[in-house]
This record gives sequence, C-alpha cells and structure tokens, in this order.
Amino acid sequence: MNLSILSLLAASSLGERLSEAWNGMQAWIAAEWQDFCQTFHVNFIASNRWLSLLKGLGITLQITFFALLLGLAIGLVVASIRSSYDKNQEAMAKRGGFGWGVMKLLNGLCKLYLTVFRGTPVVVQLMIFYFVIFASSRNGTLIAIIAFGVNSGAYVAEIFRSGIASVDAGQFEAGRSLGFSYLQTMLYIIIPQAFKTILPTLCNEFIVLLKETSVAGYVGVMDLTKAGDIIRGRTFSAFMPLIAVALIYLVMVVILTWLVGKLERRLKKSER
Amino acid sequence: MNDNIIQVRDLKKHYGNGKIKALDGIDVDIRRGEVVVVIGPSGSGKSTFLRSLNLMETPTQGVILVDGVDINGKRVNVNLHRQKMGMVFQHFNLFPHMTILKNMIKAPMTLKKMPKAEAEAKALELLRRVGLEERAYDYPSQLSGGQKQRVAIVRALCMDPDVMLFDEPTSALDPEMVGEVLDVMRDLARGGMTMVVVTHEMGFAKEVGTRILFMDGGTILEQNTPAEFFANPQTDRAKEFLSKVL
Repeated sequence: MNLSILSLLAASSLGERLSEAWNGMQAWIAAEWQDFCQTFHVNFIASNRWLSLLKGLGITLQITFFALLLGLAIGLVVASIRSSYDKNQEAMAKRGGFGWGVMKLLNGLCKLYLTVFRGTPVVVQLMIFYFVIFASSRNGTLIAIIAFGVNSGAYVAEIFRSGIASVDAGQFEAGRSLGFSYLQTMLYIIIPQAFKTILPTLCNEFIVLLKETSVAGYVGVMDLTKAGDIIRGRTFSAFMPLIAVALIYLVMVVILTWLVGKLERRLKKSER
Repeated sequence: MNDNIIQVRDLKKHYGNGKIKALDGIDVDIRRGEVVVVIGPSGSGKSTFLRSLNLMETPTQGVILVDGVDINGKRVNVNLHRQKMGMVFQHFNLFPHMTILKNMIKAPMTLKKMPKAEAEAKALELLRRVGLEERAYDYPSQLSGGQKQRVAIVRALCMDPDVMLFDEPTSALDPEMVGEVLDVMRDLARGGMTMVVVTHEMGFAKEVGTRILFMDGGTILEQNTPAEFFANPQTDRAKEFLSKVL
C-alpha cells in the first residue's frame, strides 16, 4: 500500500501517469475483448449453436406468418358477420324468416368467440389447444399456428370492424344508391377506405403477434426464444444468448414497421 | 303503361315502436318528366320520404309503385331498382379513394358490364357538360364543394336513371357555389328528367319546379303548382313557413 503511493509520487511527470493509465485501459479492453470473443464462441459458434438460433427464427417466422394469415381470414369473416348484422339489423328483422335467424345465431357465436379469446391469456389458450383439444397430436408448430391464429383473429376482427365503422355512413349510402349490392359496396368502397385507416393498428397487431409467439416454448416448440433459452441452459451465460434473441426480434419489428410505413405513404399519395 | 312513374300509397315510417312518426301516411303520384320540389320545416319528413323512394329507408307500412311494380315486394331486386333511381346527397359522398373518372365509371362498368372505353367516353361527355372535363383525373379532395356536387350529379347520371332524387343538394355549399349546382339541375330538368328535389332554395322551386309538395309532421299538407303555392298558400302552416323563408 505504502509502496504504491510512494511509486505514484515518484512518477516524475503527468505524461508518464497518463501513459500508464492508457496502458492499463488497453490491457483491460484487450482482456474484455478476449473474454467477449470466448463467450461469443461458446454461445454461438461451438456446437453450431447459431444454427439452432437460426432454426428457431425460422420457426418463429413460420408460426407468425401462418398465424397471421389465419388471423386475417378469421378476422375478416367475423368482422363481416358483425358489421353486416349491425348494418342490416332493421331491414332483416322486418323481413324475418330463416336468414334472420341464422344471422342472429352467427352474430351470437362471433360475440362468444371474441369474449373467450380476448378474455383469456394466449399462453393458457396455447396450452389448452396443445394439451386438451389436440392432445393426440404432437405437432407443436402446427398447434401453435392454430392457437395464435385463432387468438389473433379475435383482435383483427375488432380492428376490421372499427375500420368499417369509421368510414362515413354517406359512403355506404352512395354505393347502395348507385345499385351496388351490400357486398360490392363493402368491397369497392368501404374496405379500401377502412384499410387505410386501420393499417397502423393492424401493423401493431402483427408486431404483437410476432412477439407473442415467443411463448410457444411452453408446448415444446423450438422457436427463437426457446432456442436462446436452451443455449443459456447449456453455456450458463445468460447475457449473450438472450440479448441476441432480443436483437433479432427488434430487427424484425423494425423491418416490419418500415415496410408498413412505406405502404402507408403510398396509399396516402393516391388521395392528394 | 300509365304515365305515373311513381305512385305512393299510405306510406308510413315509424321509429321506436311507433312513438316517432317520421312519415304518417303519404299519398302522391309523380308523372314522367315532372320536377317535384318537396319543401317544409326541418323534421317534417322530407328526407325520409325521398329516401323511401329508393329504399334507403325501409317503410313501416304502405306501397311504393315504380313503373307499376311494388318495390317492397319480396321478388323485387332492390339493387336493380336503385340503378334506375339516381341519388344526390347533401354531403356529395364522392368516393375519396377514386379519381373523378373512376367515381363515375365504376358503377356502369361493374353493374351494367359497360366496356371501359364506352364508360369513359360517356363520363367525359357528362363532365364536359358540367364544365369539369379537365378534372377527370383529379381526386375529390382537390375539388371545391360546388364542383364535387356537380360530379355527384353526373356520377348518378352515368347509370342512366329514370328518376333523379336530390336530398338538399345545395345545403352544404358555400353561398357562391349554390348557383353552379342549381344550373346543372335546371339543365337536367329542361332535358326532361323526372326529378324529386328536397331543397330550401325557394327560387329554384319557383322557377324549375312543376309541382310543390309542402310537408309537415310526416304528411303532405299541401300540393300545388309553384305559382299557386307561393301566391296563395292554403294552410296556415304553409303561410307561416313561407313568411319565414321568403
């Protein structure tokens, strides 16, 4: 102790002290760098661990993509039923008969679906799908696609419905007054305008979906998150694999946001 | 075939289980080529009556015959009926995501299977007639209110309707733009179009109308030629109304 203080005092000039500090820092950086390289090697290179991350990413993207399609399809059907029920209620109730009964039943079913799937956590739904409904199947990826798709459909349905409701009622009347059927009016006039309004919300839902699939590991699916977690278990280092997984999600979300932003700008241009 | 293109019998429209009677028994015949102007205080049922004619409102009771056919009949194709009844709205309701030309040709191309070239030629000719030919490729947001309403009129004309319904077509316009829209409507009337017009433009009613329907409380209180109606209103309600608007 005394000795080190003495040697510090002995250092004749400021320059010497600075260069000493510099040398110390360099050594520290070099050591840290070596440490980083080694952990990096252990976590990603050794045993081809990067490959399992890549495979996990592939499965995450696969689940997200097909769940997205399923969600959009379900959402479209549910939103159509709910919107047309709301819009044609008066006219159909007056005509009555079989069609009205079917419509009422369908609308009731849609409401039940929305309540159940928006009212329970997606992880619980996923596990019920895997361990209860499809207990005989061990195809986790497929079941995850169904679970996330059905769940996302509930949210997408309400997004679609709010978009349709946001279009001015006069647009609908103008379409019908020209002689377009209900379906044609929806297709040519209402939905193109609604789509523009809901695009940011829909993009948000996709981002949520992409990240939500990270719980697929609960039913033994080797998605990106699970792959990272497995590496953590093998190498006993948490930082590197988890940060890597987070970065990969982040990059995907940023790319998705950028693409949607581009689409939004293009749609806007057509109006000005 | 009789000369009456529209016959309305005991038309009623009630809301809230009959508590509100928007229309309370309307009987009227409209002949081909007539320009019927519907006036009356707000809430008198003018718009509801007009909107019943192309079933934008479903009547609670009563019969509407168009060309002798009950349009509320179960066999009637409502969409085909509406193709024959052009409608112009207070708030124009042009489709904002389509160019002016597309606004006009979409319905004839889709519903009447008109070839694109023919539909475009027809639309451009109509636009030329209302002085908006050079705006064909613009979007509705680039037009003024008066221009939008003129486009809305020719958009309806693209379907070759037998009757044109106008629901307060100038009420949402700046005063200086009212004239250009009324000019188009006047030309249309001179061309022999059957028109039913709900409006507050008494000058237009006097000059162009062939008959005035004065409505209040969901019924037609008075109908007469414009000259007679404005000079000698029969009911107190009509007198009071005219004293306020003229």
